[in-house]
Amino acid sequence: MNWYQFLLRNRNEVFERSLEHVGLVAASMAIALAIGLPLGIALVRRANLQRWVIGVANVVQTIPSLALFGFLIPVPWIGGIGNSTAIVALSLYALLPILRNTTIGIAGVDPAVVESARGMGMTPRQVLWRVQLPLAAPVLLAGIRVATALCIGVTTIAAAIGAGGLGVFIFRGLAMVNNQVILAGAIPAAVLAIAADSGLGYFQRSSARR
Amino acid sequence: MTSLSEAFQSRYTIEFQATTYQLPSGKALISGLNLNVARGETLVLLGRSGSGKTTTLKLINRLLEPSGGEILIDGRPIGSWDPIELRRSMGYVIQDAGLFPHWTVERNVGLVPTLANWTQDRIRARVREMLSLVGLAPEEFSQRRPSSLSGGQRQRVGVARALAADPPILLMDEPFAALDPITRADLQREFRALSLRLQKTIVFVTHDVREALFLATRIALLDQGRLVGVYAPAEFLKAAEPEIRAFAESLEPGGGHKGVE
Repeated sequence: MNWYQFLLRNRNEVFERSLEHVGLVAASMAIALAIGLPLGIALVRRANLQRWVIGVANVVQTIPSLALFGFLIPVPWIGGIGNSTAIVALSLYALLPILRNTTIGIAGVDPAVVESARGMGMTPRQVLWRVQLPLAAPVLLAGIRVATALCIGVTTIAAAIGAGGLGVFIFRGLAMVNNQVILAGAIPAAVLAIAADSGLGYFQRSSARR
Repeated sequence: MTSLSEAFQSRYTIEFQATTYQLPSGKALISGLNLNVARGETLVLLGRSGSGKTTTLKLINRLLEPSGGEILIDGRPIGSWDPIELRRSMGYVIQDAGLFPHWTVERNVGLVPTLANWTQDRIRARVREMLSLVGLAPEEFSQRRPSSLSGGQRQRVGVARALAADPPILLMDEPFAALDPITRADLQREFRALSLRLQKTIVFVTHDVREALFLATRIALLDQGRLVGVYAPAEFLKAAEPEIRAFAESLEPGGGHKGVE
């Protein structure tokens, strides 16, 4: 039995696991965005703090995902087996690209434009929302795009701590030494990643045109 | 909040009183500046790179805060003005115009009126008027983006934007420096005619002596953060100070390399 026959026969479970997968990614990305965007904006004018925060985020990024899931299990409140632990770990992974691209994107806006915005009498809030964020949008969206693709990939590992998702097939296939079952998890995950990436890529390009 | 034009009518629009500006490192970019700008005049701040002319300009719209001394705007200490209101009553034009690349020409020019909550109709009418004033046909230009304009056109839009809310003061920081010589001469001529007609108080920063002589009612020469002197254009070339001689000689054939960028 090859992988697509397995897929067809188990299409209900594949669909369910895909939904779980998307749910985990969506929840993690929502948290990462809710933290990363405001933090990134706040860090633009604080060079020292920015080095520290990005440094920490970089270190988190280098922790192997399986290890990070493992580390979080014994942590009270957020730890344990299941969704919440996975979402915390995934948010941490997605945070770095969002944080970095937010600071880089805003810092990269032409200083002459920002200065003329201030000089014309825009309040700091107006400068941020009407000038800096729209002009940083392509870079910001590039960060969100990278974070999403990363998150979809790492979410397959979340099955190891019982969070579900398409990784369930991958671990099941590993246990059964059955490549077809692994592919039944890996291929839908790859399709999700490509779909999300091209969708966000379209947004990114249209924001760059504006 | 009273606007600048309604405020106490001092003889001078802008007064620097022993104004100093230091970097956090302690390096003084402006030291002990005493300078008055009279209502309706075009005062040119002339100096070499690093002489403090841009710093002086940014002190006027509070993009920088002085480290010492006082600055009066219409007779009132600058610290007592709300910085946002103050800036909206001063047009600001910088090199390369600083237009918002994601906005159309129309939105760019309508910026300050929009911030001041004018009605849409009034803004649109004002934008048309301003574009015509700076020699750009509104029907042709209002929907274009800054990236599709030439350098000279961008600078014209910059001037239109600065004038849109009819501010009593115009601050201009080397607005024509990046233009080719012919476009620059055109804009200088038109701007001179415009400034004579509009009766604004203008502070104009440049390192170009010709431009200073052509546009100024008075020239204030800055050197290393200090004011060398203030001169009418006719006196300027006759003055004896070595800093001025260097500028004057740069106008003579073969003298261009002598100490002036």
